[in-house]
Amino acid sequence: MKQEALPQAAWTAADRTSSGLSRFADAFRVIARNRLALLGLFIVAAGIFTAIFAPYLATHDPYEINIANRLQAPSLEHWLGTDFLGRDTYSRIVFGARTAFEIAAGAVFLGALFGVPLGAVAGFSGRWIDSIIMRFMDAIMAFPGRLLAIALVASAGGGFASLYIALGLSAIPSNARIVRSAVLAQKEREYVEAARMSGESDFTILFLQVLPNCLSPLLVRLSLEFAHAILAESSLSFLGLGLPPPTPSWGLMLKEVTPFLQLQPLAAFFPGLTISVVILGFNLLGDGLRDIFDPRQYER
Amino acid sequence: MLARYVVRRVFQLIPVLVLVSLAVFLLVRVIPGDPVLVMLGIDPDERARISEEQYRVLQHQIGLDQPIYVQYLNWADKIVHGDFGLSLASRRPIVDIIFERYPATLYLAGLALSLGLLIAIPAGVIAAVRQNTKIDYAAMGFALWGVAMPDFWFALMLMVLFSLKLGWLPSIGYASPFESPWLFLQHACLPAIVMGTELAAPLTRYIRAEMLDQLKQDYVRTAWAKGLPARMVIVKHALRNSLIAAVTVVGLQTARLLGGATIIETVFSWPGVGRLLIDGIYQRDYPIVQGVVLLIAMTYVFANLIVDVFYKWLDPRIKLE
Repeated sequence: MKQEALPQAAWTAADRTSSGLSRFADAFRVIARNRLALLGLFIVAAGIFTAIFAPYLATHDPYEINIANRLQAPSLEHWLGTDFLGRDTYSRIVFGARTAFEIAAGAVFLGALFGVPLGAVAGFSGRWIDSIIMRFMDAIMAFPGRLLAIALVASAGGGFASLYIALGLSAIPSNARIVRSAVLAQKEREYVEAARMSGESDFTILFLQVLPNCLSPLLVRLSLEFAHAILAESSLSFLGLGLPPPTPSWGLMLKEVTPFLQLQPLAAFFPGLTISVVILGFNLLGDGLRDIFDPRQYER
Repeated sequence: MLARYVVRRVFQLIPVLVLVSLAVFLLVRVIPGDPVLVMLGIDPDERARISEEQYRVLQHQIGLDQPIYVQYLNWADKIVHGDFGLSLASRRPIVDIIFERYPATLYLAGLALSLGLLIAIPAGVIAAVRQNTKIDYAAMGFALWGVAMPDFWFALMLMVLFSLKLGWLPSIGYASPFESPWLFLQHACLPAIVMGTELAAPLTRYIRAEMLDQLKQDYVRTAWAKGLPARMVIVKHALRNSLIAAVTVVGLQTARLLGGATIIETVFSWPGVGRLLIDGIYQRDYPIVQGVVLLIAMTYVFANLIVDVFYKWLDPRIKLE
């Protein structure tokens, strides 16, 4: 259970705001005051920046092999040293950001694309539709942690497409559950009643009026989901089930240098450190968002 | 009330179990290629060497000539009777192989769980009692970093330090705790630290948050007011109630540990079910993969049920959804 949400009640309860101003302007101000959340925002922004501008930030071609320079320690030429094929570790980490964010963005998007409407419909219609959808979600959640993704890529094979699907599918139930409980809470509100009286269709009420009010818990979830996807991709690639070489993937980089731990442990140190920092960033940002939107929200 | 709740939960489990088994059954159908060859472990290149007649016989033998729903029902019937089929690699019953591997997973899970609790409970309590002090920040730093760090990387770094540099502990391998307990502990030490940290990090934070909540409650103020010693107030009152809430987290984590830590077992060459799964994938031994995935999912589903029931029993005020 890496990114499971934990109650935040006392963490930074002081940072709550409830002004009538735009929630997002508020959010930004609170993040600016909450140093850890600010750090998270900074890490995430830096990660996205690196992913986009990778070719300008890298010092070497991430695929360029130079056996003569293999497993070097950090130097002025190779800032973070080289791997077992003499490739520049720093440049591979920079391009690895692209890989990680691409996979994570795809997986989170797929998870939301299916999870949000499923949860919304389940919560809004209730009874048997709710039961059917949620039993499907329970079945997906019966595969703990990385098991579902491992099982899926084991049979469908690695690569970008199957990682999107495997990681996206694992993300559907948590999105559905979050949205469902938010919709359940909104459903009883007066504005829904009012919309119904004025003859709006269920579809309009749900997707145009109720759902926009459920976005804040979802946003928190998506931030954690991002961290989860990045960790899952690197885990799978580390096991050799994810992306094929020579893709610059942080997990794959770790796998490739594991046989040479004795010779050059630093070659394994930096890619793992990068994963940790990026995941820390998303988690801190998610925590910060949760403090803003709902300091007392407990989820199991 | 509790009995009714249990019955309702068990009934809810039935569709979930059916769906899970269906998913595991269909898993091998996602594999590119001819399912007959996949399930028999025959290389597609060798397909030409099998005559059409032989192929039909093989297909019939493993029941793949029947409609898919019949195949599923036959398969499910066998599973219910404890027949998970044969491993392609060793031609032995999968149930036997899993039972052989399970103890190693169990020992490691037990060790990791104890270690995790041993770290998380004191760390969470002290952090809450000494809120906003250096101890609190250190505990929270540990919690945040422990959650963020990929377990396989942590494992490799521990290996570098304690096995390769200092030479204190063996890097990989296993020994039975009954035959050579000392060797077992040496081998189990690093994986247990990794898994224990994975468990302790979120749990520390959870216990701290719960404790902070409890310490603000009226009953705690009353306990202080009537002059109870600090230890009594903190341990007997606040901690006890905090732990009730922590049961869910611990329970689910335990279920995960019982499913075998796939990556950690692989990194440390620990012969548990997690590594059995990964080895099965590497060797394209799909019946093994199917069996282990099904077993882990079932363990998790039932553990979830037990945790929820236990939780409800501990704290009847809780309305479980």
